[in-house]
Amino acid sequence: MSTSETEYLKGKASEEYKHGWYTDIESEKAPRGLSEDIVRYISKRKDEPEWLTEWRLKAYRYFKQLIDSGHYPDWAHLDYERPDFENMRYFAAPNGQAQYESLDDVPDEILETFERLGIPLEEQKALTGVAVDAVMDSVSVATTFKEKLREKGVIFKSFGEAAKDHPELVRQHLGSVVPYTDNLYAALNSAVFSDGSFVYVPEGVTCPMELSTYFRINEAGTGQFERTLIVTEPGAYVSYLEGCTAPMRKENQLHAAVVELVAHEDSEIKYSTIQNWYPGDEDGNGGIYNLVTKRGICKGDNSKISWTQLETGSAVTQKYPSVILAGDNSVGEFYSVAFTKGHQQADTGTKMQHIGKNTKSTIISKGISADVADNSYRGLVKVSANADGARNFSQCDSMLLGPDCGAHTYPYIESNNPTAQIEHEATTSKVGDDQMFYCHQRGLGEEEALKLIVNGFCQEVLQELPMEFAVEAKELLDIELEGSVG
Amino acid sequence: MALLEIKNLHVGVEDEDIKILNGVDLTLDTGDLHAIMGPNGSGKSTLAAVLAGREEYEVLDGEILYDGENLLELEPEERAEAGVFLAFQYPVELPGVSMTNFLKEAVNSVREARGQDELGSADFLQYMRERADMMGLNADLTKRSVNEGFSGGEKKRNEIFQLAMLEPKLAILDETDSGLDIDALKNVADGVNKLRSEDRGFLIITHYQRILDYIVPDHVHVMLDGKIVRTGDKDLALELEEHGYDWVREEAAAAA
Ligand SMILES: Nc1ncnc2c1ncn2[C@@H]1O[C@H](COP(=O)(O)OP(=O)(O)O)[C@@H](O)[C@H]1O
Ligand SMILES: [Mg+2]
Repeated sequence: MSTSETEYLKGKASEEYKHGWYTDIESEKAPRGLSEDIVRYISKRKDEPEWLTEWRLKAYRYFKQLIDSGHYPDWAHLDYERPDFENMRYFAAPNGQAQYESLDDVPDEILETFERLGIPLEEQKALTGVAVDAVMDSVSVATTFKEKLREKGVIFKSFGEAAKDHPELVRQHLGSVVPYTDNLYAALNSAVFSDGSFVYVPEGVTCPMELSTYFRINEAGTGQFERTLIVTEPGAYVSYLEGCTAPMRKENQLHAAVVELVAHEDSEIKYSTIQNWYPGDEDGNGGIYNLVTKRGICKGDNSKISWTQLETGSAVTQKYPSVILAGDNSVGEFYSVAFTKGHQQADTGTKMQHIGKNTKSTIISKGISADVADNSYRGLVKVSANADGARNFSQCDSMLLGPDCGAHTYPYIESNNPTAQIEHEATTSKVGDDQMFYCHQRGLGEEEALKLIVNGFCQEVLQELPMEFAVEAKELLDIELEGSVG
Repeated sequence: MALLEIKNLHVGVEDEDIKILNGVDLTLDTGDLHAIMGPNGSGKSTLAAVLAGREEYEVLDGEILYDGENLLELEPEERAEAGVFLAFQYPVELPGVSMTNFLKEAVNSVREARGQDELGSADFLQYMRERADMMGLNADLTKRSVNEGFSGGEKKRNEIFQLAMLEPKLAILDETDSGLDIDALKNVADGVNKLRSEDRGFLIITHYQRILDYIVPDHVHVMLDGKIVRTGDKDLALELEEHGYDWVREEAAAAA
């Protein structure tokens, strides 16, 4: 790597985070710390049915038991201080409102917040073809295009509303893919989860638009614990996208979400994430701990679940969007770009569990590191004894932008069926001097050349994003690569 | 008017005690096409790389004037913007970078430097199609990633296509003919001939005389051990073909 390039890359960590501002709005917050009372408080504020309160309490007790017995999940290739669970707030409602009946009730400051983030909530201004659920801190503030979706029988609501309006559906599926006993953060989320989205697509319906939830952490000292549940009935299709940002703060904030996907036979769920939480400053202070459990189950035959993620933010990211391939001929996909710079650390990957016959999974992971950042891929492909004809293809590519960053690949394979075909490829590369020179010779400067090459490296993944968001993703990557090159 | 003046150019490799060019002199007028021939290892690619601004080479002595200005002061991308184009001997692959994106950025950065408006997407695609047509380039190649999985011949054709897209003032072709079969060679020669013009100079580096059957040069130079040891007209190439490089080597030794 040429010296000018190294110089240039050094400048990148210090560059400003675009969404780092804070909206000054009064907020009703729970007192700090966690207890059964806090769990009850949250449930009450959200006006929840009794069964849900009970479920939360069970999860809380499990969480407490894990903490008390020292069961802390710190096996990943990550180095950070454990969140101080006692000193955190578990609920913050902007404007003291736990729920808004209609857009008219939403205060201007909140509408402006989302508008500034490029997410207008008034339908006439919104991106056509995309319905949005906007979540600020612990509360869903608005969901657009509800009417249009209702015509097709598609339910797209904040989790809180759904728990009231469709208790049977929620109760049936909540925790069915990620039980609260799954891990510490799943238990914590189950106890205190605030808002998030619920999606239900009835039999034979192709959801007429992209569904999108936009998460914004605004308050200081609060964790964000959203919960998303998506269910597709036989033959249904939905494409869903989550995006997220947070203000710049000196202290670390915890984001511990749970996402559950249930795909019945012949149905498909496409789940995309553009994660841009605040990554911390150039010295590694502050930033979001993004510790998330995401899992889907291909319950029916011929069903398909596809995860696509672009992870550029957070100080620490630990997430493994996974697929349980239970139905015969079901398909699981994981496409990931994780970009870490400055002091960011990411340990991400997937788990593909082949249970049904002729199940197929594809894993394409691209990790990019710059500065002193660390980026790990960790993946498990597991084939059960009955999963005849299971196939997996994994490709994990790492790109190092500089001499001081790290890339690691931890692929695990457990095959209990001799007919399984599992292929794994991994590469580590640097941006070649030859490639840079070739670009320069065609008139491209340092920054332009690097953007092109990095975007090219991610292309296989980015092309999986819905069209409406591919441009945003490319821009985000470009911003990540932007520096103070003279 | 002289487009390019290379005077007493001495070049080595940075940090290493290697000297490659030992006093190259060459003047190229706008509108002219010069060929540089020479055996492997004589320093032809090094000369091309120094003209394009490759960092690993160090200019130890001499100067290069381009349009009367000191070329060595410019960064590689500034040289490209000023109209210097190099068709690489070994074009690199840019995985995942689409030809369209790559060339759109390239064309627009060169246009901007020339004070022309940026081309929007539609105009650019139109322009790219026209040029691909003109160069006889398979339009499918323009839909792929830059050089990724291209055959040797396709990579070379793609270089000439980019030349046509960027319309440089000085085009340097580094062994674009090597490794091409006769049809591909003719195609490349055809392309070059179409692009010859009053306000463009060509420096064609080649190991073989063969391409000069199709592209008729105004001047031919022979390079040996980092020096131009003979200069003549197109007939020099034929002489060289007949007698081989040993002949020039002996002549050069006798003259010294
Ligand atoms: N970067 C380099 N480092 C060391 N030696 C080099 C380098 N580039 C070229 N050379 C040497 O310089 C000589 C000329 O090379 P080159 O310019 O590629 O010749 P040609 O293109 O005429 O075949 C060769 O001996 C080659 O090995
Ligand atoms: Mg050469």
